[in-house]
Amino acid sequence: MDSLKRRTTHRKRWDRLFQGLFGAATLFGVVALLLLITDILRKAAGWIDLQFLTSFPSRFAEDAGILSALAGSIWLIGLTAPIALPLGVASAIFLEEFAPQSSLTRLIQVNIANLAGVPSIVFGILGLALFVRALGAGRSLLAGALTMSLLVLPIIIVSAQEAIRAVPDSQRQAALALGATKWQAVRSVVLPAAMPGIMTGTILALSRAIGETAPLIMIGALSFVAFLPSGPLDQFTVLPIQIFNWTSRPQEEFSHVAAAGIVVLLVLLLVLNSAAVLIRNHYRKRFEA
Amino acid sequence: MMANTSDRFILQTRNLNLWYGERKALANINIDIQPQRVTAIIGPSGCGKSTLLRCFNRMNELLPGIRIEGQVLYNGEDLYGSNVDVTEVRYRIGMVFQKPTPFPKSIFENVAFGPRIHGLTENLAERVERSLQQAALWDEVKDRLHHNALGLSGGQQQRLCIARALALEPEVLLMDEPTSALDPVAAGKVEELIVNLKKRYTIVIVTHNLQQGARVADTTAFLLGGELVEIGPTSEMYTRPRDNRTEAYITGRFG
Repeated sequence: MDSLKRRTTHRKRWDRLFQGLFGAATLFGVVALLLLITDILRKAAGWIDLQFLTSFPSRFAEDAGILSALAGSIWLIGLTAPIALPLGVASAIFLEEFAPQSSLTRLIQVNIANLAGVPSIVFGILGLALFVRALGAGRSLLAGALTMSLLVLPIIIVSAQEAIRAVPDSQRQAALALGATKWQAVRSVVLPAAMPGIMTGTILALSRAIGETAPLIMIGALSFVAFLPSGPLDQFTVLPIQIFNWTSRPQEEFSHVAAAGIVVLLVLLLVLNSAAVLIRNHYRKRFEA
Repeated sequence: MMANTSDRFILQTRNLNLWYGERKALANINIDIQPQRVTAIIGPSGCGKSTLLRCFNRMNELLPGIRIEGQVLYNGEDLYGSNVDVTEVRYRIGMVFQKPTPFPKSIFENVAFGPRIHGLTENLAERVERSLQQAALWDEVKDRLHHNALGLSGGQQQRLCIARALALEPEVLLMDEPTSALDPVAAGKVEELIVNLKKRYTIVIVTHNLQQGARVADTTAFLLGGELVEIGPTSEMYTRPRDNRTEAYITGRFG
């Protein structure tokens, strides 16, 4: 009896130890994030106002604004999502539901998974050669959105595949046993059930796209834009490029302007994410009784 | 000769062999299914009961590495013929699975699913009501047709799946251990339903519950190790089995 007690005490000690360790690991990230955010908010305080949101960049910190970069980022995401999302989901459906189990399919699969890890600058080089030069899209929003679509496609495909794979096979079989064609089973049973997972992947992908800088610099997005893009073929800049530009200015005031820009970027990210979360919850609700 | 036999039997297999990769799952099965009767397929786990059942609506094809030899005849016609459309096979031969598989849609949309995908949208509401009535579920759900089907109990879900299959007015209903995931009361209701449905439909049911087989089936087939040991009227099978392996299984000496 005593030995049982001793062993139990021993086991419980380890239990507590690991609980503490894992808690500390979580805390590390949270504290770092809090420090970062408070630092940025402190610097940005007093610099985010209507003037900042509605002005173009300027040589003078007091006059500088985020308008063209904010518009550029919104344009870019607005163009990237409708290109990348259907392409990605369609590829995922093909690979999961239709493609034969061949070595070619496996090769494609491995390549897509690897593409998700390719440095973004490489996509920038590809975008420059393919969209800017070969297709003649120039240094436009369209070229940027196409490049960004290539960049986020692997993320969307892989996460959509996982979501599709997670739909129980019994659901497919039930549809097929009623005489559904494969496509009917996919459209009316598999896709609705996979939608929450697909939306989660899309959130991740678009969040990645909105924070990317390197590939857009590569394809020639500008850093000083004193006009608003009026269509997909216009030149543009985006928030991270604008922020980078401000942080590299020597004047002390511009570090405050940059902080204000970061806050705007974070808010935009939050807005986008909550929109996607709302869509996801809308679909998820339908699957609960 | 052929025409003669197919008048009497709605489903037949002729020297049916089936392999999962290297493993042989069905060996030389010759079985005749009578129309508007309940035929039970019994046998120990892994004997090939479900595999045989899935040959009747070609659900086996979905598995990779499967090979089928021999014939499955439906009203005398080869189900695996090159001119046969698999969606049409499953339109005429419905299936109910072991675990209830309702779609995460409303009760109405679950039953309407089959008619919709086959373009039978005329008088859809009547068709849905009729199917739910045949499945003895109408009275329980008529006031909440547009609620999510996942809110139903397990037994109700299984009867919903039966209604969903009946909505296509199939000739044959295949049931793969339809009550094994249900509690005894719900299972009893489904059994009662099966007995009522045979007036209109041919039913082939796989079960490992011998009492259930005895209660619902007119004909019983005993499968062992992928072979059909014997088939005959249920009462004879349970009281005077011809093969001593059948006797051993029925008296509980193995399986």
